[in-house]
Amino acid sequence: MSPETSMINTSNLWLIPLLPFAGFLINGTIGRKFPRSLVSAVALIATAIPAAIVAWLWSVMLPAGAPASISVVSSPWIAITDFQVNFAFTVDHLTLIMLGVVTGVGFLIHLYSVGYMAHEEGYWRFFAYLNLFMFFMSVLVLSSSFLLLFVGWEGVGLASYLLIGFYFKKDSAANAGKKAFIVNRIGDFGFLLAMFLLIRNFGSLDFTHVFDAISVNPDWHGGILTAIALLLVVGAAGKSAQIPLYVWLPDAMEGPTPVSALIHAATMVTAGIYMVARCHTLFDRSPYALGVVAIIGAATAIFAASMGMVQNDIKRVLAYSTVSQLGYMFLACGVGAYAAGIFHLMTHAFFKALLFLAAGSVIHALGGEQDMRNMGGLRKRIPITFWTMTAAVFAICGVPFFSGFFSKDEILYQTFIAGDKVLWLIGLITAGMTAFYMFRLWFKTFFGEERFTEDHSHHDAHGVHESPAIMLFPLVILAILSIIGGYVGVPAVFGGHNEIEHFLDPVFSSGAVAATAGSHGLEFGLATLSVLVVAIGFFAAFFLYYKKPGTAASYAERFPALYRLVSNKFYVDEIYGTIIVTPLLMFTRLILGGLIDGGIINGSGWAAAALARGTGSVANRAQSGNIRSYAGWLALGAAAVLIVMIFGRGLLH
Amino acid sequence: MHTEVPIAAYLILAAILFSIGVGAFLIKRNLISIFMSIELMLNAVNLTFVAFAHQWHQISGQIFVFFVMVVAAAEAAVGLAIIIAIFRTRQTLNVDQVDLMKL
Repeated sequence: MSPETSMINTSNLWLIPLLPFAGFLINGTIGRKFPRSLVSAVALIATAIPAAIVAWLWSVMLPAGAPASISVVSSPWIAITDFQVNFAFTVDHLTLIMLGVVTGVGFLIHLYSVGYMAHEEGYWRFFAYLNLFMFFMSVLVLSSSFLLLFVGWEGVGLASYLLIGFYFKKDSAANAGKKAFIVNRIGDFGFLLAMFLLIRNFGSLDFTHVFDAISVNPDWHGGILTAIALLLVVGAAGKSAQIPLYVWLPDAMEGPTPVSALIHAATMVTAGIYMVARCHTLFDRSPYALGVVAIIGAATAIFAASMGMVQNDIKRVLAYSTVSQLGYMFLACGVGAYAAGIFHLMTHAFFKALLFLAAGSVIHALGGEQDMRNMGGLRKRIPITFWTMTAAVFAICGVPFFSGFFSKDEILYQTFIAGDKVLWLIGLITAGMTAFYMFRLWFKTFFGEERFTEDHSHHDAHGVHESPAIMLFPLVILAILSIIGGYVGVPAVFGGHNEIEHFLDPVFSSGAVAATAGSHGLEFGLATLSVLVVAIGFFAAFFLYYKKPGTAASYAERFPALYRLVSNKFYVDEIYGTIIVTPLLMFTRLILGGLIDGGIINGSGWAAAALARGTGSVANRAQSGNIRSYAGWLALGAAAVLIVMIFGRGLLH
Repeated sequence: MHTEVPIAAYLILAAILFSIGVGAFLIKRNLISIFMSIELMLNAVNLTFVAFAHQWHQISGQIFVFFVMVVAAAEAAVGLAIIIAIFRTRQTLNVDQVDLMKL
């Protein structure tokens, strides 16, 4: 601890995760008896105070000359000879951005949930899980070692599982929770192996220790570093829903909408990107692993976007959109533009959380209707939701000077100057597709004739209505953030300084991939191009779903095979089912269940039982209850003893 | 001048008595008879004790006989009580019909 950090009371860092944990314990154990207002008060206080602490951290670390990172370390947690892990938290500028997103957006979504879940059963359970999630997510971003990050990593997976399966009485929700958990286990397995390799090769799991060891050895390249990096990518692909492990995220929409906003859009799914960015020292030494990251990102971006174009469930469109945007972030990390990736992570957290919350507000207004074919014309009925959602739609599409415009173009520009023209082109096409499916959602939901019936609303009588103020307040705040959030990263070409990049410099400056300087003209040209592509996407949606609704259906009929392929999500679930799940189940049932468990493990138990039973059935006959037979045996035994004593002395000696 | 009866005679008598006791124990079906054969075996053993005690001028053998008698008496008392209980429940003293190992 340097002298100037001693001014800062670092013990506050412990409070950031522990308060939500306390909220979880209170609501989770005795919340069942609480009135709803008390449950929400506990949950909100447990998230508001950490948000305030994070705001205070910002004020401490933002001024020039402030320490680049502050840490707090506990006594040793695990100590085995020279291998040691502590409960240690470090806050640097990267963590600060993540914390700001997690606690800020988290608090807003808690607030929204108070209104959204007001009429649901299991109110206390919902908030207990939500607090539990906040606890693990804070641990994840604060931790200064791989192991503690892994604790948070697993914990958010658990919270995600619990919340996806919140309506556990529905089979689909329970299955979606299981699916999310199991698919994530595959990724976690990669992460675990990476940790084993790190212990084997570095003898430590501490970020600073590992990365310093890499930094002081400039001749280390590839080899074991590539292996570790690729295993970490497997973990990140699971958590951040990249190909091939993205299948859980669309199903995760079975959970309540605030959960989709918080966990499956703004925070948990970005953990993979955060982890790759955190380990940039490692990744920079392995061009191969970085290439894999970039290719996975670009492929996921366009693949998910194509599926998002034909979904009819409003939340599923947003889910595929999330997968697609996470692909962008992966792409950014893959071309070494970590700051751009984190920048997009932040803006995406704002507008995607807003999109989900606004969608939740629409669903709430229609009394649980999620199918866009039964919406339309809601612009006049729920104006505040409409305007906030519009801000988010513009932001995600990259309409100029909204937040998504700056962050997405930064990624495309960095990809272009990194020399990956193909990946850049994929990113550009994806931008057009994004515009298309977002405006499709926008038109189908808010414009055209009303395709719903008033009696949808089951919990109150006055039909379609705007949501209560407690839900609208987070919408408005997030809308403002979606509009202005991009101004921390305005590139020089638009007269900004790209503050976020400089802000993250202390974290990423050690990166070996130096951005080759592109010209302002090039940047401006690329931005113009992407705006054009967005405009094409917009007009396509405009004609198909506003001007002449119904033309889309005729196009779908013209290419039935293609449409069926895409709307069935390329049959990925079915392929996984045939190639992986079914053989695995067969193997489990026949070999593991039938032979090993049934044959060997159960069999040995049965054999022991049969042996005892056989012995017993023989020995049973001695217990006849017939006194004279006892006496006979006794006499025989005594005679035998006598005979041995008299004639068999030699036998006994 | 009377000669000592040799110890072997006592031992042979005791062995014969003991064998009769064992045989009766094995072939008799009436509980009372079985009991009596047990007493016979005990007294056969007592006879050997006394014979050896006299032979080796060891008083402890005679003392032991008293102990055996006391224990046999106690055992007879308890045994007869059990026999009465069995007779009340079964209306019989045939051991072959008393093989349930419970009352």
